[in-house]
Amino acid sequence: MKRIVPIGPYHPLQEEPEFFKLIVEGEKVVDLEINIGYNHRGHEFIAQKMTYDQVPFLVERICGICSDSHPYAYVMAVEDAAHIEAPPRAQYIRTIIGELERIHSHYLWVGLAGHFIGYNTVWMWVWRYREPLLDIFELIMGNRNHYAINKIGGARRDILPEHYGTIEKYLDLVEKKTTMFTKAVLDDPVIRARLENVGILTKEDAIGFGVLGPTARGSGYAIDVRKDDPYDAYDKVDWDMIVFDEGDILAKAKVRLLECYESIKIVRQCLRDMPDGPIETRVDEIPPGEGIGRHEAPRGEVFHYVRSDGSNMPARHKIRAPSFMNIPSNVVAVRGYSIADAALVLAAVDPCYCCTERTVVLENGKKKLTGHDLLRLSRQKTEAIRRRYRR
Amino acid sequence: MKKEYSQAVLDEIGAKFPRASVKIHAPRRTYVSVPRDDVYEFAKFLFEEKKCRLSIATGIDKRDGIEILYHFSHDPSGTYYNIKTLVPKDDLKIRSLADFLPAANWIEREIHELLGVDFTGHPNLVPLLTAETWPADLYPLRRDYADEHKELKIEKTKEDH
Repeated sequence: MKRIVPIGPYHPLQEEPEFFKLIVEGEKVVDLEINIGYNHRGHEFIAQKMTYDQVPFLVERICGICSDSHPYAYVMAVEDAAHIEAPPRAQYIRTIIGELERIHSHYLWVGLAGHFIGYNTVWMWVWRYREPLLDIFELIMGNRNHYAINKIGGARRDILPEHYGTIEKYLDLVEKKTTMFTKAVLDDPVIRARLENVGILTKEDAIGFGVLGPTARGSGYAIDVRKDDPYDAYDKVDWDMIVFDEGDILAKAKVRLLECYESIKIVRQCLRDMPDGPIETRVDEIPPGEGIGRHEAPRGEVFHYVRSDGSNMPARHKIRAPSFMNIPSNVVAVRGYSIADAALVLAAVDPCYCCTERTVVLENGKKKLTGHDLLRLSRQKTEAIRRRYRR
Repeated sequence: MKKEYSQAVLDEIGAKFPRASVKIHAPRRTYVSVPRDDVYEFAKFLFEEKKCRLSIATGIDKRDGIEILYHFSHDPSGTYYNIKTLVPKDDLKIRSLADFLPAANWIEREIHELLGVDFTGHPNLVPLLTAETWPADLYPLRRDYADEHKELKIEKTKEDH
């Protein structure tokens, strides 16, 4: 007998409200329907009513976690349309902020994943070491989030030489802690049992759905804008792309954890090689034309398309966040797994989605269960595996 | 280390699709204008033969029609191939790519509800972003939407008083 488990549409933990309708047979998920749009704010429309310099502040507010990615892709789209190149120092500054943001975003995911499977220690540990990074953002840019560092033709703020030491000290700390977390995740049999061979997304599906970022690289689909179409300082530093072929949640977790090392490597080299000089070029007007900006955000490629008609406002501004391509792939990734795994599978692409406010099981139209059932089910499963290992 | 932009692909496009006109904006940014009837075959050629990935599509409201851009990314060379086509206002129809490309599913639904383009052959062309109560013939990303919206607002205030 088929039953429907509705999940959503809103929970304070996630910043993108989505509504998942799990169609289950007993414990097994047989299909998934996804509804989005509860938070449609019409950014593309508003952007056409703002000047080129105001738009970065608007698009920065699309996402609170990767608030550097959207303005980064937008300014590159305008720079592509108008054939502007940012000065070398500004390129290095933008790269450093982009990579530091990747560390804090991946840490956020690792913490949340721990929380979902009932490992609150992981959650609190990871977030404890994410906190000093936000302090560094405040030190450099005056804000823990929404940094406003990107500007058409350069960067808005400089990284002062006296702050290099603080950043390097943090990188040493975060390198040590990432090693600790990676070992904790890979060595713990209970975590492995929850993540391994769960929510598998095959490479064929990954290509068909056009998934991006760690979701693609965890399925053996080796794409990364920083390597494929290098911008700013990414082709001037030495780093590796992390790819795993398994396609399960463990592979995605490994991609995210090991990418933190690469980010640390990139920031270290940038701080060492950063040239002196101006941080912005003068931009007088944007000629008619069109441009594409792409940035590898923590969740995948952010795509911005800007068309200019020669006025001081974009004639059309298209925004594509990576989750728009990643979330539809849940339909194939969750099929065949249990409800207890669904919480984790739906969170594996990192849309910050899980434990829902309103889980209701309907049987013959009658409400049977409410509350944080999905989260509870997920934790019960971890507890059961843990007991098995203790014996 | 980077494989640069290849002329061979452009020659192949020219040979297979004689009606396509190519514009190279930057070394890795190419815009190809094709008539509406060629879009489906061209997209299939890029996806299946050239192993491009559909990044997204953009719909733009212009005076004589809705312009649709399909942004295809060729990742090994880092090149973007943008298919550009114009759907005239009096016949807002174009063939859907969703039957061989799952990535086109959501964005075609989005363009359908925001700009009113009908994608023929789409498996499930229901609204994606707007609310269930949103009127079916009101397209919020059209240029004339702001004027329509103003009229709606005025009517409502009259009722209130």
